[in-house]
Amino acid sequence: MTKIVVDGTEVDVPGDYTLLQACEAAGAEIPRFCYHERLSVAGNCRMCLVEVKGAPKPVASCAQQVKDQRPGPNGEPPVVVTKSSKVKAAREGVMEFLLINHPLDCPICDQGGECDLQDQAVAFGRAGSRYDENKRAVEEKKMGPLVKTVMTRCIQCTRCVRFATEVAGVSELGAIGRGEDMEITTYLEQSLTSELSANVVDLCPVGALTSKPYAFNARPWELKKTETVDVMDAVGSNIRVDARGNDVLRVLPRLNEEINEEWLSDKSRHAVDGLRRQRLDKPYLKTNGKLAPVSWPQALEAFAARLKGDATKIGAIAGDLSDAEGLKAALDLLRGLGVTNTDCRQDGAAVGMSGQRGEYLFNTTIMGIEDADALLIIGSNLRLEAPLINARVRKTWLRGTLDLIGVVGEATDLTYAYEHVGAGPKTLADLAKGKGDFFKRFAKAERPMVIIGMDALARPDGAQVLKLAAEIGMKAKIVREGWNGWNVVHQAAGRVGALDLGFLPGDQGLSTAQMLQGGALDTLILLGADEVKAPAGTFVVYVGSHGDAGAQQADLILPAAAYTEKNATYVNTEGRVQQARRAVFPKGDAREDWAIFRAVSALVGKTLPYDNLEALRAKLMADSPSFAGLDYAPGANTPLELKLLGVAGDVDAAPFTSAITDFYLTNPIARSSQIMAECSAAKKAATMAAIAAE
Amino acid sequence: MIADNDRIFLNLYGRHDWRLEGAKQRGAWNATKDMIDAGRDWIIQQVKDSGLRGRGGAGFPTGLKWSFMPKEVKDRPHYLVVNADESEPGTCKDRDMMRHDPHLLIEGCLIASFAMQAHAAYIYIRGEYVLEREHLEAAIKEAYEAKLIGKNNVHGWDFDLYVHHGAGAYICGEETALLESLEGKKGQPRLKPPFPANAGLYGCPTTVNNVESIAVVPTILRRGAQWFAGFGRPNNTGTKVFCVSGHVNKPCNVEDAMSIPLKYLLEQHCGGVRGGWSNLKAVIPGGSSVRMITQEMAEDALMDFDSLSALKSGLGTAGVIVMDKSTDLIKAIARLAYFYKHESCGQCTPCREGTGWMWRVLERMAVGQAEHREIDLLLEVAGQVEGHTICALGDAAAWPVQGLIWRFRGEIEERIDRYRLGKPHVMGAAIAAE
Repeated sequence: MTKIVVDGTEVDVPGDYTLLQACEAAGAEIPRFCYHERLSVAGNCRMCLVEVKGAPKPVASCAQQVKDQRPGPNGEPPVVVTKSSKVKAAREGVMEFLLINHPLDCPICDQGGECDLQDQAVAFGRAGSRYDENKRAVEEKKMGPLVKTVMTRCIQCTRCVRFATEVAGVSELGAIGRGEDMEITTYLEQSLTSELSANVVDLCPVGALTSKPYAFNARPWELKKTETVDVMDAVGSNIRVDARGNDVLRVLPRLNEEINEEWLSDKSRHAVDGLRRQRLDKPYLKTNGKLAPVSWPQALEAFAARLKGDATKIGAIAGDLSDAEGLKAALDLLRGLGVTNTDCRQDGAAVGMSGQRGEYLFNTTIMGIEDADALLIIGSNLRLEAPLINARVRKTWLRGTLDLIGVVGEATDLTYAYEHVGAGPKTLADLAKGKGDFFKRFAKAERPMVIIGMDALARPDGAQVLKLAAEIGMKAKIVREGWNGWNVVHQAAGRVGALDLGFLPGDQGLSTAQMLQGGALDTLILLGADEVKAPAGTFVVYVGSHGDAGAQQADLILPAAAYTEKNATYVNTEGRVQQARRAVFPKGDAREDWAIFRAVSALVGKTLPYDNLEALRAKLMADSPSFAGLDYAPGANTPLELKLLGVAGDVDAAPFTSAITDFYLTNPIARSSQIMAECSAAKKAATMAAIAAE
Repeated sequence: MIADNDRIFLNLYGRHDWRLEGAKQRGAWNATKDMIDAGRDWIIQQVKDSGLRGRGGAGFPTGLKWSFMPKEVKDRPHYLVVNADESEPGTCKDRDMMRHDPHLLIEGCLIASFAMQAHAAYIYIRGEYVLEREHLEAAIKEAYEAKLIGKNNVHGWDFDLYVHHGAGAYICGEETALLESLEGKKGQPRLKPPFPANAGLYGCPTTVNNVESIAVVPTILRRGAQWFAGFGRPNNTGTKVFCVSGHVNKPCNVEDAMSIPLKYLLEQHCGGVRGGWSNLKAVIPGGSSVRMITQEMAEDALMDFDSLSALKSGLGTAGVIVMDKSTDLIKAIARLAYFYKHESCGQCTPCREGTGWMWRVLERMAVGQAEHREIDLLLEVAGQVEGHTICALGDAAAWPVQGLIWRFRGEIEERIDRYRLGKPHVMGAAIAAE
């Protein structure tokens, strides 16, 4: 710790703090544009100038560390002044320079109301302009369907360039030209080939990069802001949903150091226009081969009639976006009726079979990746399955503490260097025997991690693959005192919650694959499950929010709320229980999932013992205690016996192939989104162009 | 005037052979081995004792700079980088040294590298200097062939020397921008600290020196620090190559002692100011990046660091730009302002935005199409750029403007008044419309 005096207040801060951080610690506000906590220091905006006693010139406080300051002649702590007239003049000067070539078109700028330049101009700028020359105009740049550019507004802080290069790992943004002709560009006039590209909009301190889908939609003060969680992947990113009236207009990331830091994947941010399209807003019943709208009582009657049938011929499959409350109500009802055919694994992944919670969790935790020194990724394209986990791996790799990364599976660009150890189960078998140079180094690591994805587990031989992976883990001792390096990365936001509350085949129950065999069931209930194909002749009840594949094959549709429309619980891939909050009301006549099952339970004479969400949650926590700890990842505290995982047996030699063929279209909401369709098309076009160029 | 045999650059005018043979006849590579045998502490002490101050413009004591390098070579190699990106307007000293006396520079590189325990040195040469690069490369080849440098050379210090050709950006003469450019990146200055002696080229300890600072070292060591320190005033010692251009009868590069009077320099070496001393209007004494001085100030100005800083100007690169009474000073400074606007790297705000602003105002002032209050505005803008930037280009852009306004304000006011007088019948309306 180093002592430093800021505006007469002495503070004791770590020596590697920047002066800016030290000033903040002392309570002095320092304006800044280019400085960002999570990016490298550029020091180019010059807005954060402060006076350091003894220094001939004002000092950029973001760029100098406390330990580099010279103490006074008798060893007094260095003195920083942020309120002198010299500092005030420096700030006014820099602000004036920033504004002379800035268009000042705030009334038509989407950043208005949440603009750093606007705010700081008021706080630290001069009252009027003294610039009588013509202003600079800069040509627009094309940056794809998500980012709208008005480059004339750019103040060249290079935050976007540093984000793309450092965090996203794509060197596709840069500055060309010099002096006042310097321009930020993507060089090739295309969108960034990153799943995190829209974060540059948040980073841009002015209105140069704004959200294209949200353009001219609303002003920030018109929006109702709701803090909730995202369900587009199993990471459980913390988000803020901004709504006006009953429409979700945009989604922004919320700071959570343990999960998404302050980033958000493009899908999580921009799939929300899918919440307005293809919505199921009233119940439908198929009569004479055609779906016709019916009232809720009629629909529930029809549902109840099916539920009164042979319990062994009724089954339910949970979808990827299902919340825990809805599943709990469905499960309680079905078990009450004696139905054991329940499964939450649409893809048939081999998870949830050993009875240990740690088996299917990301035990190291996302933040724990930063402590790892070796990583083996098995059958997972992290970049597409969990872009923010991938960003965390890249961050750790960039820092140099995670230098041994191996991949078994498809060799794709993950934005960091790795060794491609092999393509499929054969390599796993070799590794499990301790063969190969990679394994020798992996076994020597102090905090090794294995990440296994659904590409490896959602195969017919998934259980055998799981066994091999667990053997590798045992050999490399990835579970040790204070460290659990066994990690499953899920793709479905509802999966871990469903596994936690036991939405799995019961006694003699059928699994997803068995239920989908012709003649296995009379009635199949799809709880937002859109990735399965029901056999002909089965009566399909679809409970969900979007008219996607599941609703297409349904005989009875019960409209439910989407994730922004209900208070619900989701568990992310780490096993972190988080609550989503209602931002808007469900569309039309749609109901919350749990309420639908509560209603039908009365009709079949098995009334569920809860009348409101609180009572349901109390039951949920009583039955599955893991739901009691909110916002907490159990991490290394989860007991795990790796030897109990999987089933020994032969494996198929076929290599692991990615289950995600299109990052932008992985769930019903995203598939209903026009923006995601545009992103998908842009990505395809770019891929085709790249192939053609070769 | 110093005696001919006290000059270091004996072939400044290219009248003799620049190759190895000729250079050896003039004393280069003589006793180099003995200097190296005397040890690095001796070399650094000699350079310190000689009082040599950096010849690139800032005048930082060279020996002191060398002593900032880590004492021991640890995990990272040390590098010497020679800044031959001589782009300062009015300056052409390094150019003549490199094309006419390249061996002095090469010998200096070897000695300086030895003193800093560097086994490799890079000469970053300005993009436009093609002939100079060819001479330098040829001379380096000769030195390799004669085993003066290279692996297992006769001096017993393995040493490789590389010439890197820049692409002609002024900013790449700033030491950290030069390092960035040398690394293959966009030439933009780095933030300091860390200083190059700590983390320079490829993050390794590096010293960046001007060509002249390095090229004079062998002769200083051969003739002794006391010899070099005997020229000039205390703290401003040694000999210096002055570049005189502009309105003198014989513009030239000339080596003379530091601290000679400016008037003496112009009259003795350059045949005097065009039209006589009384026809002198202003002098920019240190390349374009310092404030100009008036004739009265030039009367007793001494050509050294301290004397010129006392006049709120600077020795800079000692590129003396002489302007007689026929000069349109406002236009001249407007042209310089354009230069800085064009060469600003665009990285940091005050310089990126301020240089363009100053240039535009000056262009209008040059025809008088401005208002009196804009003179103070311009001065303030210059003050807002000065000292607020990452590198010194912001200062360099502000100083010429300040020099003009401080010392020739009347001329600008007169120009503005004259412009208005030309439009008497529309006073008010037309001017307001502009």
